[in-house]
Amino acid sequence: MNRGPEYLLEALHVVKVFGTLRANDDVTLKVKPGEIHAFLGENGAGKSTLVKMIYGALQPTSGEFRWMGQPVTIANPAAARKLGIGMVFQHFSLFEALTVAENVALAMPGDFDMAKLSEKIARVSKEYGLPLAPTATVADLSVGERQRIEIVRCLLQEPKLLIMDEPTAVLTPQEADQLFVTLTRLAKEGCAVIYISHRLEEVKRLCHNVTILRHGKVVANVDPARENAASLAKLMVGGDIHVVRGNRKHAAGDVRLKLDRLSLDPDGPFAVELKEISLDVRAGEVVAIAGVAGNGQSEFFDAVSGERILHRDSMLQIDGKPMGRAGVNARRKAGAAFVPEERLGHGAVPAFSLSENVILTRHASDKSLIRSGLVQRGDASGISHRVIKDFDVRKGKPDPEARSLSGGNLQKFVIGRELDRKPGMLVVNQPTWGVDAGASATIRQAIIDLSRQGSAVLVISQDLDEIFEIADRIAVISRGQLSDAYPADKLTAEKTGLLMAGEHEIKEVRHAAGA
Amino acid sequence: MDMMIAVILTIMTAATPLLLAALGELVVERSGVLNLGVEGMMVMGAVCGFGAALMTGSPWLGLFASIAAGMFMSLLFGFLTLSLVSNQVATGLALTLLGLGLSGQIGESFVGQPGVKLPNYDGFDPLIPFAILLAWGVSWFLFKTKAGLVVRAVGNSHASAHAMGYHVIRVRYLCVLFGGACAGLAGGYLSLVYTPQWIENMTSGRGWIALALVVFASWRPWRTVAGAYLFGAISILAFTVQTFAWGIPSQFLSMLPYLVTIIALVVISGNRMLTRANTPACLGQPFVPDR
Repeated sequence: MNRGPEYLLEALHVVKVFGTLRANDDVTLKVKPGEIHAFLGENGAGKSTLVKMIYGALQPTSGEFRWMGQPVTIANPAAARKLGIGMVFQHFSLFEALTVAENVALAMPGDFDMAKLSEKIARVSKEYGLPLAPTATVADLSVGERQRIEIVRCLLQEPKLLIMDEPTAVLTPQEADQLFVTLTRLAKEGCAVIYISHRLEEVKRLCHNVTILRHGKVVANVDPARENAASLAKLMVGGDIHVVRGNRKHAAGDVRLKLDRLSLDPDGPFAVELKEISLDVRAGEVVAIAGVAGNGQSEFFDAVSGERILHRDSMLQIDGKPMGRAGVNARRKAGAAFVPEERLGHGAVPAFSLSENVILTRHASDKSLIRSGLVQRGDASGISHRVIKDFDVRKGKPDPEARSLSGGNLQKFVIGRELDRKPGMLVVNQPTWGVDAGASATIRQAIIDLSRQGSAVLVISQDLDEIFEIADRIAVISRGQLSDAYPADKLTAEKTGLLMAGEHEIKEVRHAAGA
Repeated sequence: MDMMIAVILTIMTAATPLLLAALGELVVERSGVLNLGVEGMMVMGAVCGFGAALMTGSPWLGLFASIAAGMFMSLLFGFLTLSLVSNQVATGLALTLLGLGLSGQIGESFVGQPGVKLPNYDGFDPLIPFAILLAWGVSWFLFKTKAGLVVRAVGNSHASAHAMGYHVIRVRYLCVLFGGACAGLAGGYLSLVYTPQWIENMTSGRGWIALALVVFASWRPWRTVAGAYLFGAISILAFTVQTFAWGIPSQFLSMLPYLVTIIALVVISGNRMLTRANTPACLGQPFVPDR
């Protein structure tokens, strides 16, 4: 038998420059056929830039790629697919208004035969344990199902190399396990997998080889079997990480935020209906709401923050006062503070300076900011400076525009702005989404500290590690319904995963079958 | 009976230019581009079609000139919004103003001249079935062909379409040109069939009604047909009732089609379930590939 080239893909001295930023700096790495190869690194380490070049979505500034030993230029994604490279994106490249089969058809060259294609999708998805209905509209599907579309779409092209960009970030633990089975099977069949992640346990469990990137450079290439999580983390961050520590013995006080059978109708065809959500958040505790994206988190945040007014006043009570029909400002005046998920555009006005952004959320609750209708800019910039100092917000100009800050620094500012008020109740949606490890630790510590000073804190997050790090009690949202809140030390990741997949529904089905 | 047929024919004639322009704009918007310059493209189609027919004596050549004029205007729009990434709303409005002004200038010598009328059969002109055939064609194209799927994909998420290797800008150029051709033809219909003469601003807001029709039809070709015929019927109704002189001020009746447009839009837009499911998610958003 003729031996093929030893390496499927080689990157040699690849450099990618965006303006003044060297996103990839002299990257050299090699991927063997049938190998699951992890690219490990923090946010902004250059992992995504690198794979985008491999997939032809970006062109390297200098350096070269070799495919099966031959130098290649991958001009565009179509060229990559022709070579046998498939990619599953972190933010899916799906078309929400189209059906599963139509989405797949868009990626397939050649004949356009929907009936044949639908049949093929059903067959391949079943074969690899990724069940999918070809006629379903993407907007109606869960995140896990959407990812399956992307994977099946790649598999139909019989790839030699499959690139997965942080695939488990959006999955329940059970869905992730299923994915690992599929990937292991693919690798056994000879398909190489590039697996991007910053989750160390996963990489150790699944991958054969790890390339670690930091600030755009390859800092190490190691065998994950010979490393442990701590040594990998050290290579990834380039130092030791500060561990968040809470005073575990929290003294739960009075109920400060009470949700009583809170329901909310969907406001569009792709929105989720909230059904009879009841929850108490007490002074001195952090309650976290886990769940897979798109199960009603954003609707829930809108309902609690007052962006959408509720039907009845009694559905939401702040410090015993019914405020379900009160707007955002009234709720803020009652001592509540809110940090939405999207920091740029929702949490802060991109083109406004930081001090102006302070005024926007605090003009109603802080009397000193507005006097007889006039904005007190001095007081606003005083607050802004205090937040910048307390939360170590790194910036260029003294009072820069919100959009000029990096994601992590803006998130520190947006959260710091609310914490600075010492609110009696804080609701945060995705506090550390897309934020680097250092800033995450600062934010999580600040959230815990606030609760220990007697505030009630409600955190909505999709990051289970984060939830177990900071929460005293955990509830899970699934299809608009909220589970009971369990003490964090009584809940395992497995149990949470089952709840995330909608365990109460499974129970109902079992009950119906038994009756 | 003859009366009935006459009324139906008049309604069809009134509906056809709306339908033609709306079908073009529907394809444009499905690709994610909002071209508010339909009125401008239409009026240019009207004046150029009239002029070409007058000079050559052939109404068919006139129709071709209408299409060419509409496409030229849309190419200008495409160059500004797609290549130079200017604001689509502002550019569309400017296109309408440009079209109205330019057509007045071009048509100065045409005013009062007798036009050339497209041949018809007892009032039934060939563009009436053509417009319905076009609706069928657009529907077939959008929902049954790969190219149509690509158009919908580009309008739904241009970033994803780009990531998959489709030429977002090229697809949008082609759609914008198709929209221009349809709007130009609709204008030519006005000056060569509906009222075979040139009057300044003779489109009198029909381009805007066509734009509203697209939303009214929630971006679906057959609903556009229904909408266009409904509006055609209303404008004819307004016209007919005037002749009975029931004491309703004629200004109010002339206002009726526009009033119905506004009411229909408010009702439809209020139902977010209905509109959002079909609304192209990238409508009006400029696309710049990151390279």
